[in-house]
Amino acid sequence: MADQQLFLDGVSIALNGRVLLAVSHRVEVGEVLTVMGPSGSGKSTLLAYIGGFLDRAFSATGKVFSGAEELTVLPAEERHAGILFQDPLLFPHMSVGGNLLFAIPPSIKGRAARSALVQEALEGVGLAGAASRDPDTLSGGQKARVALARVLLSAPRMLLLDEPFSKLDAELRSQMRELVFAKARTSRLPVVLVTHDEADAEAAGGPVIRVGQ
Amino acid sequence: MCFMLPRLGPPLAIAVLAGPILFGLAGTILPAFGYLPALGETDFTLAHVEKLAVQPGIVMSGLISLAAGLVTTAVSLGMVMLFVAGWAGTRIFSRIQHLVSPLLSVPHAAAAFGLAFLIAPSGMIARIASPWLTGWERPPDLLIVNDPIGLSMMAGLIVKEIPFLLLIALAALPQVDLLRTRALAASLGYGRIAGFLHGVWPPLYRQMRLAVFAVVAFATSVVDVAAILGPTTPAPLAVRLVGWMNDPELSMRFFASAGALLQLCVTAAALLIWIALERLGAAMLRRLRRSGLRFRRDAWLRRAAIAAMVAVAITVLAGLAALAIWSFAGLWQFPGALPETFTAKTWMKTAPRLAAPLSVTLIVAALSTALAIALTLLCLMRENETGRIAGRRALLFLYLPLLVPQAAFLFGLQLLFVFTGGVASLPALVLAHLTFVMPYVFLSLSDPWRAYDRRYEAIAAGLGKSRSATLLRVRLPMLSRAILVAAAVGFAVSVGQYLPTVLIGAGRLETITTEAVALASGGNRRVIGVYAFLQMLLPAAGFAVATLVPALVFRNRRAMRV
Amino acid sequence: MKKLLVAAAAFAAMTLQALAGEPDPEKWQEVLADARGETVYFNAWGGAENINAYLEWAGQELEKRYGVKLVHVKLDDTANAVAKVVAEKAAGRGEGGTVDLIWINGENFSSMKRQQLLFSPGWAEKLPNWRFVDVENKPTIRTDFTIPVEGLESPWGMAKLVFFHDMAHTDPASLPKSAQDLLAWAKQNPGRFTYPQPPDFTGSSFLKQVLSELAADRSVLLKPVNEASFEKTVAPLFSYLDELNPLLWRGGKAFPQNYPAMKQLLADNEVDIIFAFNPSEASSAIANGELPATVRSFTFPGGTLANTHFVAIPYNAAAKAGALVAADFLISPEAQARKQDPQVWGDPTVLAISKLDATDRARFEALDLGVATLKPDELGLALDEPHPSWMDRIETEWKRRYGAAN
Repeated sequence: MADQQLFLDGVSIALNGRVLLAVSHRVEVGEVLTVMGPSGSGKSTLLAYIGGFLDRAFSATGKVFSGAEELTVLPAEERHAGILFQDPLLFPHMSVGGNLLFAIPPSIKGRAARSALVQEALEGVGLAGAASRDPDTLSGGQKARVALARVLLSAPRMLLLDEPFSKLDAELRSQMRELVFAKARTSRLPVVLVTHDEADAEAAGGPVIRVGQ
Repeated sequence: MCFMLPRLGPPLAIAVLAGPILFGLAGTILPAFGYLPALGETDFTLAHVEKLAVQPGIVMSGLISLAAGLVTTAVSLGMVMLFVAGWAGTRIFSRIQHLVSPLLSVPHAAAAFGLAFLIAPSGMIARIASPWLTGWERPPDLLIVNDPIGLSMMAGLIVKEIPFLLLIALAALPQVDLLRTRALAASLGYGRIAGFLHGVWPPLYRQMRLAVFAVVAFATSVVDVAAILGPTTPAPLAVRLVGWMNDPELSMRFFASAGALLQLCVTAAALLIWIALERLGAAMLRRLRRSGLRFRRDAWLRRAAIAAMVAVAITVLAGLAALAIWSFAGLWQFPGALPETFTAKTWMKTAPRLAAPLSVTLIVAALSTALAIALTLLCLMRENETGRIAGRRALLFLYLPLLVPQAAFLFGLQLLFVFTGGVASLPALVLAHLTFVMPYVFLSLSDPWRAYDRRYEAIAAGLGKSRSATLLRVRLPMLSRAILVAAAVGFAVSVGQYLPTVLIGAGRLETITTEAVALASGGNRRVIGVYAFLQMLLPAAGFAVATLVPALVFRNRRAMRV
Repeated sequence: MKKLLVAAAAFAAMTLQALAGEPDPEKWQEVLADARGETVYFNAWGGAENINAYLEWAGQELEKRYGVKLVHVKLDDTANAVAKVVAEKAAGRGEGGTVDLIWINGENFSSMKRQQLLFSPGWAEKLPNWRFVDVENKPTIRTDFTIPVEGLESPWGMAKLVFFHDMAHTDPASLPKSAQDLLAWAKQNPGRFTYPQPPDFTGSSFLKQVLSELAADRSVLLKPVNEASFEKTVAPLFSYLDELNPLLWRGGKAFPQNYPAMKQLLADNEVDIIFAFNPSEASSAIANGELPATVRSFTFPGGTLANTHFVAIPYNAAAKAGALVAADFLISPEAQARKQDPQVWGDPTVLAISKLDATDRARFEALDLGVATLKPDELGLALDEPHPSWMDRIETEWKRRYGAAN
């Protein structure tokens, strides 16, 4: 399902009649579209709209396409919009491996095949052998990497990043940026990044839309 | 398909909460004015109300109930207020909170028995102090338990309402910025209690208000505690009401309905007076604020507050210990501090007769709690769907069963069940319990549910998981501890229900609580000890399960501990 | 064709059964057959553990022997069960009622009989075990509080008002010998006597005892209350109580709620004299460790109240056959002997020992009635219960004077 560009066709989001942002943009495969704006500018609502979990308080118009398929008519669970928040939000009641298994689509059958994928994904983020661990015993950086591995395993059509680096310290932040963007490129995913950090935008290297100014 | 269900949640919940009360009130008020077609009476008349008015001791009964409601609420609220004011946020606060909170699950009747065993002239305290201190070789002829103005009854209510109000205050505390307000008030030179009263109390009280009203309503109309500790010449209104309702004479049905109407009026009057007291209190607080007095030297008051809290906890726990000792006592004459002989005879003789009431207790508690949890979850899911959080009106519905005196509407409900043939049936009893279990389960579960980080759901949706999979595999497991605690609360509430069980169970469905209160009149302390001990054990077991199961299942999941 | 016949026969049998309707104790085998598998809800006062335990035993035996399940619905006042039947009648529930058997006598029996709420015609004297009942020497078995029983209730036990004291605290020589004596004793020992709060039946019985002793003409009490002379008849009772009340335990401001509560007061040494409607109650309490072994019984030489308590079946009982079997079992020599054992309950039998065969007689002779139980010849004279209408009026008057602090 990857390898499809993301098309935001005249998307406009408003709160109480006030337009927060209006975007029309094609995000190519491997490209990162950065949406910049101060906190409270409503930039995160764009990701919520794409993902299908926009709060009812907001009103939105416009369509979102993945390749030729319109996402906006689909329920959230069929949009396959992988998202990373500023917190890793690993499911605390599952092991690390459990978190990853949960993400693998049901189309991949067989215990062996599924756990092989888990192993592979963990190796891919440098956490080989961590499958049986309690997520809460991981460091902040490790958690972020598990979260990345988890979203990638779910075979998403795109990657939505909601300030995913803002809670990491400076060194980890740049490592994490490189890892995420590299993975998005190799997985051939279009990426939408929402941030208020100029360094994020620079690292992303793609087009930048500024809102709320 | 299964996601059509949440739509049904709120209407079902309202039906469960308000339905029995509306039907029950109608079934109570109409006969009070002579209207009861089932008995062939359709002419409205004031005769029954007039007959009530000339009943011996009726004014006194009403006044005792009124006073019990106001005094109990004022004293328990005052103690909780001073305790929170003086100590919230300190280590000792959380320690005492852990001591007091379990008392919430002790059924009222058990606590009342314990208190009676403690303070009676032949009770534990007198025994321990006699004869070496008091010189009493035989118990003094002092009217302590069943005193004519109901002081011991109020004490029994106070020790049970304090844990309740404390818990409500704790739930509301996060919504007021206690620590910073305290620091600010201190920087202006206010004593801790004064600073709390001016800065924190008004918004905190606003959050607690309905719960306080529920205490007023409960204390004006309580039956079990009043029957155990209350005066008998005359008894408080609700106790006499139950007697009238059971009178063999048919005409007494009308009379008892008139009495239930009076009960409704007494509770309403107590609430109105309470609202007037609230105004008065607010005005006094305003005057105090204008005076600018700092009350910096409040250490003695803070210490008194903590001493009072500890005393409450010790009283209840010591009472329960006395109950336990009596259940194993052989002959135990005054002034022996301990029985002359210990024996398991009472337990062994009682055990075979425990099975039936125990199973009814467990079945009714389990079913009503399960229904309440399911209904609460549906309502909360519906909240998420519509994006509208249940507001003040919904809260009023939740508190309705706690605000309308049980005695005033359960009689009518019983009449309804009698005429539909549902009386003494398990479904009817579960339904009656559900009405009282539902509010507590909802109040207990809604906060953790609403505090849940919904980004987890966004992530699961992004991973391609359906809504039901997300609910079953992510949200419910993550909230399992909160759900189990809410279930334990509901279970404890059901176990403690007396009047609904007596009236709707009609003596055919008996629980440990109805058995215990029925035995209270028999005065056999050993057997009361057995039943009250069990009564206390059941909720405790519920909370133990709620704590242990998640701890065991998630023993390797640190973040699930909290 | 054959199938059809079988079906018809089954249908006919069903119809016959339906037509047969009420069980007939004359045809005892049919009653036993109908009773098997029935559940009998026995509504009986549940405030005393020894009685509850006895009923538990009776239930087990009934299940074992006749396949009848006995469920003890524990009441704190028999009036509650009467109220249930009344409510069911009001609701038009003429059959399938929730009360199958009631422990009853006096006022409640009179009320149910008057309102035609009892299973009739009279069945008690047709029970197989009736042949052992001592109707000759126990007149209260056929006349319950002056009301003719007419077989509408079956006797269960005998009651006589007896007083108890603890030798360790009171000298037997100082004990009162009449109601007047008791008042004088209370003046000497203020706060050391009380009685259960009417309308508790033990408490009301004390009022009737005093009334019977003080009434100028005892025969008026055996007739329904005469409104014209009521005040005059009860005047001595209430002037007595006016004098006694401040001398009572807690100054008459609180009363024990029933006999077991009063018994606890003697155990705690809060009072010196208590009384019960069961001569062997003190021995039972000693056997159960509830009272010290130094407790003894006494009565008034001039006589104390005596009556019989019964079981009755409501007209709409769902399990009448089962209730009949239970009532019959309760007057079987074995059940009666066990009931009279102070280790169990200590309630005196309604049977005539002379009518029993040797084995059953031996059961009674083997009973150790206990140190605190008076022998039959020490029990003193029996006073008749007044007509039930007195009870109601006296209770109301009592409540007005001492039960309400208006």
